[in-house]
Amino acid sequence: MNVKVKIRRFNPEKDRRPRWSEFRVDAQPTDRVLDVLQVIKENQDGTLTFRRSCAHGVCGSDAMVINGRNRLACKVLVKDVGRSIVIEPLRGLPVIKDLTVDMEPFWRQYKSIKPFLINEDDPPYMERLQSPEARARFDDTTKCILCAACTTSCPSFWADASYVGPAAIVQAHRWIFDDRDQGAQVRLAILADGNGVWKCRTIYNCTEACPRDIEITRAIREVTRAIVTGEVS
Amino acid sequence: MLHRFDVIVVGAGGAGLMAALYASRGAKTAVISKLYPTRSHTGAAQGGIGAALGNMEEDHPEWHIFDTIKGGDYLVDQDSAEILCTEAVSMVYDLEHMGLPFDRTPEGRIAQRPFGGHTNNATKQPVRRACHAADRTGHMILQTCYQQCIKNNVTFFDEFQVLDLLINAEGHCAGVVAAGRIWKITSNAYALTGDGCAVAYRRGIPLEDMEFYQFHPTGILNLGILLTEGVRGEGGVLVNGQGERFMPNYAPTVKDLASRDVVSRAIYREVQAGRGVDGKDYVLLDVRPDTVNKYFEADGVKNPDGSPRRITAEMIRQKLPDISDFCQTYLQLDPVKQPLPIQPTAHYAMGGIPTDNNGQVVIDSENTPIPGFYAAGECACVSVHGANRLGTNSLVDILVFGRRAGVAAALYAQSAAFPALPAQPEANAAAELERIRKGEGGESAGMIRKDMRQMMMDNVGVFRTEELLTGAIQKLAELRERWRRVTIMDKGARWNTELMETWELGCLIDLAYVTAVAALDRKESRGGHYREDYPERDDDNWLKHSLAFPLGDGGVRMSSKPVRLGRYTPAKRVY
Repeated sequence: MNVKVKIRRFNPEKDRRPRWSEFRVDAQPTDRVLDVLQVIKENQDGTLTFRRSCAHGVCGSDAMVINGRNRLACKVLVKDVGRSIVIEPLRGLPVIKDLTVDMEPFWRQYKSIKPFLINEDDPPYMERLQSPEARARFDDTTKCILCAACTTSCPSFWADASYVGPAAIVQAHRWIFDDRDQGAQVRLAILADGNGVWKCRTIYNCTEACPRDIEITRAIREVTRAIVTGEVS
Repeated sequence: MLHRFDVIVVGAGGAGLMAALYASRGAKTAVISKLYPTRSHTGAAQGGIGAALGNMEEDHPEWHIFDTIKGGDYLVDQDSAEILCTEAVSMVYDLEHMGLPFDRTPEGRIAQRPFGGHTNNATKQPVRRACHAADRTGHMILQTCYQQCIKNNVTFFDEFQVLDLLINAEGHCAGVVAAGRIWKITSNAYALTGDGCAVAYRRGIPLEDMEFYQFHPTGILNLGILLTEGVRGEGGVLVNGQGERFMPNYAPTVKDLASRDVVSRAIYREVQAGRGVDGKDYVLLDVRPDTVNKYFEADGVKNPDGSPRRITAEMIRQKLPDISDFCQTYLQLDPVKQPLPIQPTAHYAMGGIPTDNNGQVVIDSENTPIPGFYAAGECACVSVHGANRLGTNSLVDILVFGRRAGVAAALYAQSAAFPALPAQPEANAAAELERIRKGEGGESAGMIRKDMRQMMMDNVGVFRTEELLTGAIQKLAELRERWRRVTIMDKGARWNTELMETWELGCLIDLAYVTAVAALDRKESRGGHYREDYPERDDDNWLKHSLAFPLGDGGVRMSSKPVRLGRYTPAKRVY
């Protein structure tokens, strides 16, 4: 099928303001949108710039706005978006070039919640024991691939970039509810700050945007409840 | 800009991060990565990391060692395999201590599943050795390693491409200059372009055992996306177009859990015999509970407690959530309701930069080290994989030898003076990029890439002959000439991905060329290298590693070095 692809472009080296490019591509209905971008880059316009690596939804490189929604280009098939595809860079982060945005603010948010095990006890010789139930408690948030689709879909983040954002809260949740971790109170204190969970307005954009189907709003609510009650359960 | 560090780690996959983590404890360390670290392809590993913990049934590192050597068709250096499999156990405990969320047994221990080629050496039956976090074990390993690097304040240069390796007049490695996909059907990421191997090779360092490239049996039809061996570990079976489970004909004892080279060849043999689905070039992977339970019952498969093993749709979805997601997304199929169309997919290079057991690069048949240069991971060849890597052993390899290389590099940096940089260290790389940027020959990098991938699939695939390989070498020389005449559209300096991808294509062509030359040279069949014109393993003449040296004119000089044997004498490989 022939599809029309409209892409928002911006190269600060040359462009004073963003512009639109239009391409026509022959694609199979089962092609990924990433395949379409790759065909455009290889055959029509080598200057088109985007990130991509694994091409099957596990590395998190190619989050972008596709027909108005934050998606991974490698996890959306042409047949699911139709003959007219509009692609834009993620919102709320500065554009480096075309569909490539500056992720540094996102990584700073991620690092701010101390995304690593905090446990000062000497480990046993073998593994620490953990029940399957305790492991299941935080399974959902271990799926996060840090693609930024959630954070850059959040109106609160658009309005105020100092908000830590859904992805960082998801990452914090992954540790707060891991019974091997001893840093819950440290992380809860960070997220109880003015730029923490209180900026969430429960809009659910993040949950809808997540390519890994993580129940992000629920995770944020669980973290909020832990802050309010002072208890992790 | 000149940066000065004691240890520079190139690449932020599992090996690079583990090396950086350990090196940073004793030396000022920086990591240079072409991707953000969490984007690295370690994150795509699914099924598990092999370690003989024996959490679910009897197992021993000695069994893992033997399976690794047999899996590698006896081309494995046996002392290295011993390190791999014994340190695997402490490495998995280390990962758990770092917070990796392994799945758990009812007792709270790390859960394990069967994988291809991993056996109970006494009964010869599959053993549960692969430690897993659902079917995203690599994702969790990558994140855990990166988390620890953040915790330990390792310095990162994200999204920098390493273009050249600096070896000074004394032959010491002094630093780097920083600024693919070879086969058509591949499970590999766009970013896997062999730059590390190519950069070293271009500086005169030989590549070892490059003729051995693994085709994973179960890639999604046409897309090549990997469906983990864990699917068969959980009971899935391969079925041909006639609805027949065919692996018992090729591997009577372990059946669908034979090693990957054996299973990939079996699939192609079925296709060649006209037993592909609808006569086409693919077969089915069936993990529907009814099918699985039927064969569990027929084979008398047991749980660790001795009860008959049975699975439900819920168990499949729980143990293989990402696989279920991939199948829904890319095939619109539900694996518990429909069989999945699969074909072998180019997956893993057993060969690479030769190293000793501490990751130090060794550059000839006498294993002469090059001071200051270490390699670990898929780019390296220790060799623990020999002619065919066992499933799960790549994760073990990157972590065990990444750790060793990091420790060794830091110790070296503490003892050695800063080596002098060669004059104008960046000149070579800068000139190469300028040449590509200004190229006016009119050739398209996209077309060259497409032609190379199709040709490698046709000529340097699972079955090889002298005729196919000779043709491949000729075509790769032509492709390299075309590559030198490439014209790119993006002439800019800012974030020029077209320029970098075109440079990476040059790396891929160089490695494809070495692979084809090495494959033509090895006149026997062993592990992942199968020659229709030399179908038997030939230990008298070919029980040796190949070494490919670059000649100045683009040619390759083949040499060899002995395999370090040990207590396991090469024997016929039967599964």
